[in-house]
Amino acid sequence: MKKLSFSSVMLWFGLLFLYAPMLVLVIYSFNDSKLVTVWGGFSPKWYGELFEDQQILDAVWTSLRIAFYSSTMAVVIGTMAAFVMTRFKRSWAKLTLSNMITAPLVMPEVITGLSLLLLFVHMADLFGWPKERGMLTVWIAHSTFCAAYVAVVVSSRLRELDRSIEEAAMDLGATPLKTFFVITVPMISPALMAGWLLSFSLSLDDLVIASFASGPGATTLPMVVFSSVRMGISPKINALATLIILSVSLIAFLSWYMARRAEKRDRMPINE
Amino acid sequence: MKIPTRLKWLKGRIWTIGIPYLWLLLFFALPFAIVLKLSFSTAAISIPPYEATFQYADNVLNVFLHFGNYLMLLDDSLYYMAYLSSLKMAFISTIGCLIIGYPMAYAIARAPARLQTVLLLLVMLPSWTSFLIRVYAWMGILSNTGIINSMLMWLGVISEPLQILNTNVAVYIGIIYAYLPFMILPLYATLVKLDMSLIEAASDLGSSRINTFWKITLPLSKSGVIAGSMLVFIPAVGEFVIPELLGGPDSLMIGRVLWQEFFNNRDWPVASSLAIVMLGLLIIPITLFHRYQARSLEKDL
Repeated sequence: MKKLSFSSVMLWFGLLFLYAPMLVLVIYSFNDSKLVTVWGGFSPKWYGELFEDQQILDAVWTSLRIAFYSSTMAVVIGTMAAFVMTRFKRSWAKLTLSNMITAPLVMPEVITGLSLLLLFVHMADLFGWPKERGMLTVWIAHSTFCAAYVAVVVSSRLRELDRSIEEAAMDLGATPLKTFFVITVPMISPALMAGWLLSFSLSLDDLVIASFASGPGATTLPMVVFSSVRMGISPKINALATLIILSVSLIAFLSWYMARRAEKRDRMPINE
Repeated sequence: MKIPTRLKWLKGRIWTIGIPYLWLLLFFALPFAIVLKLSFSTAAISIPPYEATFQYADNVLNVFLHFGNYLMLLDDSLYYMAYLSSLKMAFISTIGCLIIGYPMAYAIARAPARLQTVLLLLVMLPSWTSFLIRVYAWMGILSNTGIINSMLMWLGVISEPLQILNTNVAVYIGIIYAYLPFMILPLYATLVKLDMSLIEAASDLGSSRINTFWKITLPLSKSGVIAGSMLVFIPAVGEFVIPELLGGPDSLMIGRVLWQEFFNNRDWPVASSLAIVMLGLLIIPITLFHRYQARSLEKDL
């Protein structure tokens, strides 16, 4: 019989701490009572009300679109930056780029949000563009801070990659661009996917930066949730939370499963 | 043949570095310059709501630098109290995350390799679901009629509900809860690389387990401790959502004050100077993070 160590007790306690609040939300989303903390029997009625709330549905659609475009742009910028960070020789330009790209990782969100808003206001003042803040400005803001995460994920993959395959391709006459798309991209595709998914969830979740960067034209889901939650607990938000938790868990599990399978498949021929 | 290829190659390199460079210059560096500029301006009732810093008239460029915002931050106790209490709350929460997160990371690093990925996934999964939703979940749990209070009253420990929601305690719980995964990840990354034979050697030589921990395990995981602590401390200082939803009116935190100055008082210059001072306070932790991040975080995020 294995002795239960202090650290493994703490691990289970910690996991309980992480999951219990979410479990409570899920349970209470089926609460019939309007008094949100008193149990009044099982009922799925809040889900019905949720799907009739046009404001929430619109916000979901806006958020999904912004998240899709932002994470795509973030992968492009982040991968280029990661490539510079891992494959370029030490230079002043490389050093400033790698500092700038990872800075949003540790920047308080209020500062990032405020600075971008002021930029947009100044640009509108000087060039008349962007005319009003909305999806486009949120897209710019999210692409910038998500690119930081993509750069970290992709550069760690690029670093551990076997360089000799890229070198062989170039020795055989492939251009660097062709080598990148034919050799490098397939090899780092799990990292690209992971970076994209991470960016997608970050963008979907962001409240502070979006509140600064957005205008009357684009209200994202976290903005709607926040303004409703500020007033207190709402059973409709519990239902929404349950759906978010379920879909994130599902996507996380699927992507983890697929990444594991892809990794196994990728590693096999090289090891042989 | 050789020269054009070389030229094309160089051009490709310039594009590769140029595109992200320009993007970041425009959307990261320039905005900070603007915040700095605006922090020396004054609020005005106009659109946009501040006085211009640079004025060009009759071939003369006038620069108006207004230090009033910074003097006011020093003068008005509200602001430095907010800074102090942000630093205090972020510090205590970081210690809390460390106390809970270190044993967790240690247990994961010592688990069988197959189990490790599953446990890490379990730790990270909550941080991929909505941050806002996770903070919101605590509103229901901590409220006067919430689960904790009902349970304690049912057990007869207390006769009246404890006021937990809208106090600083709730803010601590919220920050620790929200940032715990970010503490565990870098800690795990350093602990998993720890050479177990060193610990065995220490115990063979008669060192007690506690002594081994303080003398061997903890010093060897220093880079993970620092990276994880900074990953919690830095965003916690500027936190807005948690004090706003879980804290009371007296839970002053600088992110919240900045938000109020900006959105409620529409005083953009004061908000900018608050941001500049906050950044100044965070410079040391941010550089610390950058130094240790390379060692522990990059590999496993």
